[in-house]
Amino acid sequence: MYAWVWQHLPGPMAVRLLTATVLVLAIVAVLFLWVFPLAAPLVPFNDNTVGD
Amino acid sequence: MDADRGVRVAVRGIGELMITAGLVLLLFVAWQLWWTDVEANRAQEQITDGLHEEWGDVDEVPPPAEAPPEAPAEPVGPPPEVAVPTPGSAFAIVHVPRFGADYQARPVVEGTALSLLEDGVGHYPGTALPGQVGNVALAGHRVTYGRPFHLIAEMEPGDAVVLETEEAWFTYRMRSAKVVLPHRVDVVAPVPEQPGVAPTERLLTLTACHPMYSARERYIVYAVFDTWQPKSDGPPASLATAGGGPTETAV
Repeated sequence: MYAWVWQHLPGPMAVRLLTATVLVLAIVAVLFLWVFPLAAPLVPFNDNTVGD
Repeated sequence: MDADRGVRVAVRGIGELMITAGLVLLLFVAWQLWWTDVEANRAQEQITDGLHEEWGDVDEVPPPAEAPPEAPAEPVGPPPEVAVPTPGSAFAIVHVPRFGADYQARPVVEGTALSLLEDGVGHYPGTALPGQVGNVALAGHRVTYGRPFHLIAEMEPGDAVVLETEEAWFTYRMRSAKVVLPHRVDVVAPVPEQPGVAPTERLLTLTACHPMYSARERYIVYAVFDTWQPKSDGPPASLATAGGGPTETAV
């Protein structure tokens, strides 16, 4: 998977490195801003109220 | 040979997926323990600033002098009524001097849903409002989302919990702390642990998770109403004790 992506990145090494970094940052951003906030209520670390 | 190659590709693919899953889980931990604090601290600061602005607070009255006058003002009559807040809205600010001079004062929002607790400390709907007879029940995170009650277990009897509203400052004093199981809704009853009994005292209950990073139990702090004073009198003396005042009044 990672090798396949690397092979399909265009351009010389420097450009590939840059593209790969941007890709990784974009994925992290999507996780931080949308995926993790949706997942947070499903994990049981954050309960601080009393109730059922 | 082709079969061999297929197996190799499949095994590598599965391996990469597992490594990826591991990385995503690590990222999730980083997000939960670090990023939610960053975001929530910023959001809560904005809400607090917004409240001060909305209330037309004078830009930071200096904290009371080191030695407040002996025998602070006599009781000034019953505390003012606080209007019932709309669900999800911020209606007060909580100060806890024990949490240190650099503790950011936290907004109190109406409701205790997880999404609301990103905006500050949650007020259990239906429980008393600041200064009222009954029990003001507040829930806060001990870790993550700005962790407003991070140091709750450091609190000692007599410590002040100050609720600031548009009209007044309400000082409560800690009475006791305990650890209970999560189903114990009676700790937020008008008379804690005696559901159904009509309240005569003005009380306050804080709830947070316990132990830290777990949801197995709840840490409970009980406090009793001490004094109130109008906003025009400036911050109460209780904010100048035990580790100094809140951030915005600290020099």
